[in-house]
Amino acid sequence: MPKSDRAAQKRQDKDSEASLWIRLATFLAVLAVVALCGMIVIAALPALLASSHTPFEWVWQPYQGHFGILPMCAGSVLLALSALALGFPWALAIVIWHLTEEAQALASARKGFGIFIRLLTTVPTVVLSFAAVFLLTPLLRTAFGGTGMCLLGATLMLSLLILPTMVLVMESGLSQRLDALCPHALALGLSRYQLLCHCVLPKNRQTLIQAAVLGFGRACGDTLLPLMLAGNAPKLPTGFTESARTLSAHMALVTANEVGGAAYNSLFAAGLCLLCTTIAVTLVLRRLAPAKDQKTHS
Amino acid sequence: MSTLPAKSFVLACAALLFTAQSTLADPLDPFKKLSGSLDIAGGTAHIPVMKGAAQEIMQANPAIRITVTGGGSGVGVQKVGEGLVQIGNTGRALKESEIAKYGLVSFPFAIDGVAVAVNPNNNVTNLSKAQIKDIFAGKITNWRELGGNDAAISLYVREDGSGTRETFESRALDKASSTDSANVVNSNGAMKTAIARDPNAIGYVGIGHLDASIKGVAIDQKQPTQEAAAKGEYPVTRLLYMNTKGQPEGLTQAFVNYIFSDNGKALIIKAGYIPYAKK
Repeated sequence: MPKSDRAAQKRQDKDSEASLWIRLATFLAVLAVVALCGMIVIAALPALLASSHTPFEWVWQPYQGHFGILPMCAGSVLLALSALALGFPWALAIVIWHLTEEAQALASARKGFGIFIRLLTTVPTVVLSFAAVFLLTPLLRTAFGGTGMCLLGATLMLSLLILPTMVLVMESGLSQRLDALCPHALALGLSRYQLLCHCVLPKNRQTLIQAAVLGFGRACGDTLLPLMLAGNAPKLPTGFTESARTLSAHMALVTANEVGGAAYNSLFAAGLCLLCTTIAVTLVLRRLAPAKDQKTHS
Repeated sequence: MSTLPAKSFVLACAALLFTAQSTLADPLDPFKKLSGSLDIAGGTAHIPVMKGAAQEIMQANPAIRITVTGGGSGVGVQKVGEGLVQIGNTGRALKESEIAKYGLVSFPFAIDGVAVAVNPNNNVTNLSKAQIKDIFAGKITNWRELGGNDAAISLYVREDGSGTRETFESRALDKASSTDSANVVNSNGAMKTAIARDPNAIGYVGIGHLDASIKGVAIDQKQPTQEAAAKGEYPVTRLLYMNTKGQPEGLTQAFVNYIFSDNGKALIIKAGYIPYAKK
């Protein structure tokens, strides 16, 4: 066998070896996700099948035998959606400003802002919550009365938490597209802002939806912010200044003391609900993107 | 003249040496020759003390394994009675039927007192038990009704399963549960922060956690102090018990003795309870 052939063979072996590792890594990741979902379903079965203590009711009073998690489901969805409703337009506005001429002209301010946003993604939620307990909660208390621990406070802080994630996803998706079209558009007399609003954004709904899905997922899954700020009353809130409990905060509160028993089992049903909520919202949001747009993007 | 201070110095040294000698008997010594595992379950209020002791013992002797789980007093009795664990903790005295059925022996080791607390700027200093019940049931909603300012009451409670909540509801609310619109916080520390920051707050903490940042309220003129709780004058208290099936032996006995040692007392105080002398 000539030398060059042997080298080629060796390279091929190495390549196939590498592809084995890549496949294994992918397989393991998929397996982990499937196993996780399976485990949660299996663990939730006792609570779901129990004839006496159904978790699907509106009353949580463990000592009276009521283990309803529906108020917490409603709390989670309500809080995550309101955080998204507030955070999404906010993130979009920031990205648009970031990509227009005005920001381009202020190079150092733009760069500084980019660093700031990246830093913001690394702030632990416990720090955000702690700061909010001392700064935001008293403000809300004086403004709206009550205890200041309410849905509104948690919504404000959660939208701030998911803001940088959404900004980064949107920015990385939109800026390349914009830069590619820019010379032509400028030659036609369009400003970057016009190009962005009339061409890039309508053609990149997929990027925006990705940002929304990630933002919702973070908002829905976060535990410490709602635990420390939302008040945790296990009932359906009737307004934004009312106390509410999310599924994640509920699980944190109950696992602190319980091992075994109906209350503990109902937590797995809560986990399943949380998982289903995230998956459902992801599917609905993805549906919003037209298929054609998906194809061109990938 | 000059020999007197010298003499007293020598005496002092001797005294110091003597006390040092007596404290040198480390409460961890009995564990040196022991090995094996010990399982503990039951009352949630006990957990910080049990866990602390377990850690210290396992650190001193890695051949010993101690597990601590909660579950509540009922679970504690059942598990120790059926031999699933060696120590079953309860936040109440055992019932006659339980002692007869399982042959359990009880060791009360700490007094857990819970104080009703308000913001230091609140001028309410005393509440009757009936008032407290109405406040936590959501019937009284304004401080004006209690002789305070015209402001809505901010209600804070602990999470379900918390030992502090259990003591408070069984002793102060006579087993009624609190209204579900109350804010829920998940530790004595979080409760203190909430009350200290909210001028209209009312909540409850373990007596050991009372300090200048919050104000303890007297119940029917009984002040919430460690002394009053120890004497049994303050009503919202209970004893914390360890229970074993028959007289404890070996590792179980060593563990029970450790809880009553100086190290155990320090853990009890750290958890916010009052040590209760062994009888």
